[in-house]
Amino acid sequence: MQSQSYYVPAQSPWPIIGAVAMFFIAVGAGLTVMQLGSEDLSGVLILSLGVLILLYMLFGWFKHVIQESDKGLYSAQMDRSFKQGMSWFIFSEVMFFFAFFGALLYARVFSVPWLGGASNNQMTNEVLWPNFEAMWPLLTTPAGDVTQSMPWYGLPLINTVILLTSSVTLHFAHKAIESNKRKPLTIYLLITVILGFIFLALQAQEYVHAYEALNLTLQSGIYGNTFYLLTGFHGMHVTIGAILLTIVLIRVAKGHFTEDKHFAFQAAAWYWHFVDVVWVCLFVFVYVL
Amino acid sequence: MSTQVQSSEHAHEEHLTGIKRWLFTTNHKEIGSLYLIFSLVMFLIGGAMAMVIRAELFQPGLQLVDPHFFNQMTTVHGLIMVFGAVMPAFTGLANWMIPMMIGAPDMALPRMNNWSFWILPFAFAILLASLFMEGGGPAFGWTFYAPLSTTYSNDNTALFVFAVHIMGISSIMGAINVIVTIVNLRAPGMTWMKLPLFVWTWLITAFLLIAVMPVLAGAVTMVLTDKYFGTSFFDAAGGGDPVMFQHIFWFFGHPEVYIMILPAFGIISTIVPTFSRKKLFGYSSMVYATSSIAFLSFIVWAHHMFTTGMPLAGELFFMYATMLISVPTGVKVFNWVATMWRGSISFEIPMMFSIAFIVLFTLGGFSGLMLAITPADFQYHDTYFVVAHFHYVLVTGAVFSIMAAVYYWLPKWTGHMYCITTAKWHFWMSLISVNILFFPMHFVGLAGMPRRIPDYALQFADFNAIISIGGFAFGLSQLIFVWCVFKCARGGESVPAKVWDGAEGLEWEVPSPAPLHTFSTPPEVK
Repeated sequence: MQSQSYYVPAQSPWPIIGAVAMFFIAVGAGLTVMQLGSEDLSGVLILSLGVLILLYMLFGWFKHVIQESDKGLYSAQMDRSFKQGMSWFIFSEVMFFFAFFGALLYARVFSVPWLGGASNNQMTNEVLWPNFEAMWPLLTTPAGDVTQSMPWYGLPLINTVILLTSSVTLHFAHKAIESNKRKPLTIYLLITVILGFIFLALQAQEYVHAYEALNLTLQSGIYGNTFYLLTGFHGMHVTIGAILLTIVLIRVAKGHFTEDKHFAFQAAAWYWHFVDVVWVCLFVFVYVL
Repeated sequence: MSTQVQSSEHAHEEHLTGIKRWLFTTNHKEIGSLYLIFSLVMFLIGGAMAMVIRAELFQPGLQLVDPHFFNQMTTVHGLIMVFGAVMPAFTGLANWMIPMMIGAPDMALPRMNNWSFWILPFAFAILLASLFMEGGGPAFGWTFYAPLSTTYSNDNTALFVFAVHIMGISSIMGAINVIVTIVNLRAPGMTWMKLPLFVWTWLITAFLLIAVMPVLAGAVTMVLTDKYFGTSFFDAAGGGDPVMFQHIFWFFGHPEVYIMILPAFGIISTIVPTFSRKKLFGYSSMVYATSSIAFLSFIVWAHHMFTTGMPLAGELFFMYATMLISVPTGVKVFNWVATMWRGSISFEIPMMFSIAFIVLFTLGGFSGLMLAITPADFQYHDTYFVVAHFHYVLVTGAVFSIMAAVYYWLPKWTGHMYCITTAKWHFWMSLISVNILFFPMHFVGLAGMPRRIPDYALQFADFNAIISIGGFAFGLSQLIFVWCVFKCARGGESVPAKVWDGAEGLEWEVPSPAPLHTFSTPPEVK
């Protein structure tokens, strides 16, 4: 394995297409945000163009990689490189969520109590926000905005069960692919994908409920901010994970993957389990505690 | 299978020419060169901005530019030098050298390597373009503290945010590539404790990058939502706190500082033994010291915020933790000195830069130690003393190490020896001017001159004039470097495979210039 000669891919147009896509996405997203509330749609157009180029790139690049893999060009070493690359990518995602969990923790432990006069901040409270009382969830902000908190029972609890179940079914699918049982593999994977999309639908419903019934919006002070950014970025990751699993499902249906070569399946599965773990932390720190 | 492998190797033989070669490349040497050239261009652009700053500060009073433009210059100068010059230069060196040092055929993920490079020019095009837009570019300092970047920033801040986002994506992909290459592609026999130190330091740097670049992404995202979507992460009226921004930013920012210096340690640990003709003193202690510095970098961030308000316990913890860093850093400096001790030293250009690095970086380290002392920092905070400190560690530290690395490996890359006389001019001009430039900043800082201002009190006038003259001289000296490298790339005296007689490592076993593909089969490391 070590002594065989290395495989180094030949030149490829996909990365530069990807870089151009990133350029359009960054410019487009920037302009979109700057043009919020105006009639100007040039930002949205550039952003959409960037996303289209990115999808084109991803499709082409992955197709190319799958073809190479089918030709048997990849050694066990390449496979290890892919797996390690994916693990480090997931670690970077963990750190991204860490920033927002850090903000949540800081707000709960420091900034909100301090604004209420804790520690040596009595004068902050008395001079700046005399009527403010520290509490969590922060239902009345120092500026006086009022909201209601999202309870952990009901939809969030159901969603927790759904996502945890999907992780289990995905694990069964993983076991099935390793012993090359195609039928259970397809069924379990299908169930996982369906659960994923149900989760997303319920999450959307929860947002509607929060906005309409609870007056819990993105602008409702630090409680609403951390709630929406954490659940929002999580939801974005569930969407990506569900799309990845759907693609894997299509490939399974097409007869791709063998019991020892199924990196795409593995990567998507790891990603899904990661998204699941983030949800458990979310459920505990955002909803329950 | 073997025939397929051969056919793919055959594919390498068709050389794309012209622009396509550079756009589509998957070769670590070509991508390394792209990174280095990009970094040089950014160094000159960022340097030109520094010249604007120094021209304005040559005399007290508002002389040349308007204060808002001045703020844009300090901000973008910082951003470009950190993300556009120093980091890509190290990534370029990593691309060129790591595969050759560990006996790998290329980086582990060559196509992603290309992608992470080509994002960079686009990201900086966005950043620079925003300078020419109505309202101007970012003007809140490279640290983009809230509320400067939220309540008081101009409308173009969203472009800054997304430019930083894609720079971050580029850095993370680059770092993943480095880690996977080192972990997975070492030649048989290249055990962990045989790794060249440049590889070790980069491994740890890459870990730091993957750990903190996403936190930076989180910070800019919160700035974006605070500014455009009505959130109040950094606004007390909604229960947030502007100080929270500083915590999140510096949780990224402090490891970032080490991202810019650990590879430099690796370079110096490579060059000093070569020209001392001795093995590096205390190899394993170097590895452990690097790891300790990386670990400590995660628990010292709030020493950037001593004056912004923290409980006493926090001030003390961050002071002591920060001072602890001087232990592993001291280990390194003593090891370099001990390597030179009774060695048969010769003073080639890379060695001259390395010795300058050891002396001047240590000086920057000492001023860092002064800043770490909480009660003293209340005096130094936000003065030119801080500017002097971080320019000593970043210019005479990181940038000098990059110069040393280029002079060390340029003959390997091009196959030609550069003009020694020109390089000596570059070294001496840089060494003298950089000290005229940064040393007096200590004095004006201690006397109370604040940083990031276009105008200052009259008593600082003489020192500032001297600083500016040093600045212009240092800026001009770098043109000698550009000329020297350019000439060497075009031609010159041919060099053997082992350019320096005291050098060790796999990179000296391949011919000079290094062929496009090295080690298509793994070498055996004894």
